[in-house]
Amino acid sequence: MKTLCKTAVTPVVVAALAAFAFSGIALAGWEPKKPVDFVIMAGKGGGADKMARLMQSVIEKHKLASKPFIPINKPGGSGAEALVHLKQKAGDDHTIMVTLNSFYTTPLRQPGLGVDVMTFTPIGRMAEDTFLLWVNKDSGINNINDFVKAAKSAGNKWIMAGTGKGQEDQLLTSFLNKAYGLDMKYVPFKGGGRVAKELAGKHANSTVNNPSEQLGFYEAGNTVPLAAFTPDRLPLFKDAPTFRELGKDFVYFMQRSVVGAPGMSKEAEDYYRDVFKKVYQTEEWQGYMTKKSLQGEFLTGDDLKAYWKREKDNHQKMLKDIGEI
Amino acid sequence: MEILDHLMQGFAIAFQPLNLGLVIFGCALGLFIGAMPGLGSVNGVAILLPMTFLVPPTGAIIFLAAIYYGAMYGGAISSIMLGIPGASTAVATTFDGRPMALQGLADKALITAATASFIGGTISVILFTLFAPPLAAVALAFGAAEEFALMMLAFATFIGLGGDDIPKTLFSIFIGLVFSAVGLDIISGQPRLVFGDIPGFLHGINFLVLAIGIYGIGEMLWTIESSKGDVKISQATVTVRRIIDDLRTLKDTFKSIVMGSILGYFVGILPAAGATPGSLMAYGVAKTISKHPESFGKGNPEGVAAPESANNAASTGSMLPMLTLGIPGSPTTAILLGGMVIWGLEPGPMLFIEHQEFVWGLIASLYVANVFSLLINVAFIPAFIWVLRLPFTVLAPIIFVLCIVGGYAPTQDMHDVWLILIFGVVGYLMRKLEYPLAPAVLAIVLGPLAETSMRQALLISNGSFLTFFERPISGPIMAAAMVLFLLPILKLVKDKFWSRAAT
Repeated sequence: MKTLCKTAVTPVVVAALAAFAFSGIALAGWEPKKPVDFVIMAGKGGGADKMARLMQSVIEKHKLASKPFIPINKPGGSGAEALVHLKQKAGDDHTIMVTLNSFYTTPLRQPGLGVDVMTFTPIGRMAEDTFLLWVNKDSGINNINDFVKAAKSAGNKWIMAGTGKGQEDQLLTSFLNKAYGLDMKYVPFKGGGRVAKELAGKHANSTVNNPSEQLGFYEAGNTVPLAAFTPDRLPLFKDAPTFRELGKDFVYFMQRSVVGAPGMSKEAEDYYRDVFKKVYQTEEWQGYMTKKSLQGEFLTGDDLKAYWKREKDNHQKMLKDIGEI
Repeated sequence: MEILDHLMQGFAIAFQPLNLGLVIFGCALGLFIGAMPGLGSVNGVAILLPMTFLVPPTGAIIFLAAIYYGAMYGGAISSIMLGIPGASTAVATTFDGRPMALQGLADKALITAATASFIGGTISVILFTLFAPPLAAVALAFGAAEEFALMMLAFATFIGLGGDDIPKTLFSIFIGLVFSAVGLDIISGQPRLVFGDIPGFLHGINFLVLAIGIYGIGEMLWTIESSKGDVKISQATVTVRRIIDDLRTLKDTFKSIVMGSILGYFVGILPAAGATPGSLMAYGVAKTISKHPESFGKGNPEGVAAPESANNAASTGSMLPMLTLGIPGSPTTAILLGGMVIWGLEPGPMLFIEHQEFVWGLIASLYVANVFSLLINVAFIPAFIWVLRLPFTVLAPIIFVLCIVGGYAPTQDMHDVWLILIFGVVGYLMRKLEYPLAPAVLAIVLGPLAETSMRQALLISNGSFLTFFERPISGPIMAAAMVLFLLPILKLVKDKFWSRAAT
């Protein structure tokens, strides 16, 4: 009798437990089962790193995720190390990454890595960072005509400082050289902050920094923005015309997106998309975007993939133009 | 007087109960983080950054700065007690700290390290208080050519470090330079020496990986072999009397401490350098100016005092470009800078005007952090000494595990663990063949800085080497480096001359 009772009861308990567990899942959806690896494809202290840590802080402050997001910097080889890492994590639901434009350029320049970024899981585009052309205030240059005149007469003695070879800053430099018939010399430094300082210290003649990198020097009156690589004038720098206004149809952005490992499960993809959508909507993130002159709507899913495809083709063309691939 | 007013306001902020509590907690935590091999101030500050959202920005930076400071004190502990550098900033401390511990002078080494850190910290905060804005201009004037000149000076101070065997010293420097070339070359954008795209080599060979391998694993293998398992470390004891004696003999190292503090502070101010090159340079200079250079590396307290005062001074110094220029002077301040962005503060020239409370609260709390780090450190010395009383058969496996964990933690990559083991065996063999190891460590720290800045300067000057000698700041530094390079040769000639004259 006793055993019979036990055998009869057990399935009921199991069924009840299962139903309970199932309803729990149905309510909350997929959730990470362990801390999430939050890979940053740049070094500590750089623009991408600051943004990743801001996202992490916002997630913790508003308790947007049940498990912590652990930032891991993999700066090696202009993001090559991070891209390969993510590729090897195919099918993993607990590895996501913050990307920038080396997401396009590094695989194009190093086909040996075997990385196809279109296979990565699109989670969310958090912002697009903008670029401006900067000179030192003491140079006396106030507009693009003065700039072209000065750079032309200096020839290849005109120093354009930038971050890294074959990346954003060099692409913009080569655009300027081509568009205005200049011969500026591109000198790579490590990190946008360092580049900004080279201009303020007059070791370089011009830069194409993001607003966040030059803001401190700009506010102190050390540096001047001459023109913006955006479709419309930036609210923070109303006096700087766009290159479009100046008759050169050229626009360039730096993406700040979050991607997942290739082959991530649909449930996990949905979960991360919701987390980062909430991050995007927070007061902190919106405030940061305004303050640092960031633009861009939140993009996800197929829209984000289409955006990647467009940008990737665009970069392929630009890299070919400067002979990097 | 205006500065004094600001400072008083700063102290009022630093002594608010919440901020004072954060300073004490931060110092204690930093001490522990610094003492754990592999966990340095960079990791500590990065891990705790999100926590600081809970307190106001001023409290947050005070907390993180206290950790940074505490870690500088803590790094010396495992360098001295275990022979493994607790943080990259404390590598130079192992050169003489470890031999002192083996001779039963661990207490003296620890007290020297703590006092030197305290004096270095204090001198640098005073310099910071008085001269922050003019020194920011100096940092701004430092371009690629100046940076290269400074690196040459650093190499020059290390010429004598390897002892008398010049070919072996050169070999050690060159092997270090080769290791430092691994990874992405930022000038050409191409990966170098990555052995067919092994992903782990793309981030280069981390300096700490080499240091832990050589000093942790290699040193332990050497000890096991040379003692045949029967290790006799002279027992250190701590009594109040000994501590007083230690403090009394400390005045012999005073010259090194003051030199280390000032040098460390200035190196810290310069972008890209930071506390690690600062402490290594201070060690080299201390040896050069010492009356007993031959005793360095064999347990000279000056060899502990100079790098320890320098790394604390440099950590204060590196906050200067962070606050005034918005560029980090060290990897740790790079993270602090990220923190300031999160708190909505804009680093740069305007910070001192627009956010006085934040800046002076931070400066005042550095004074406070210094006092508490010293007190906490000294209070724990008996506990650290106890570690040395453990039987070697217990201690050796613990050191081994700490080395592995310390190598894995920063990058979370098994690749680095294998490298540590390889470097350990190579370090042991080099030690057995009497190759000096310190020059290799120096080369891997300074190599990338020197190479990049040289190539940037040459790009700017169209390939003219004269740029290093013509510029107003780099010229004198280069000249000083040249003199230091030639000094050993002149000395050799002079000795030859003397001995001939005597016979």
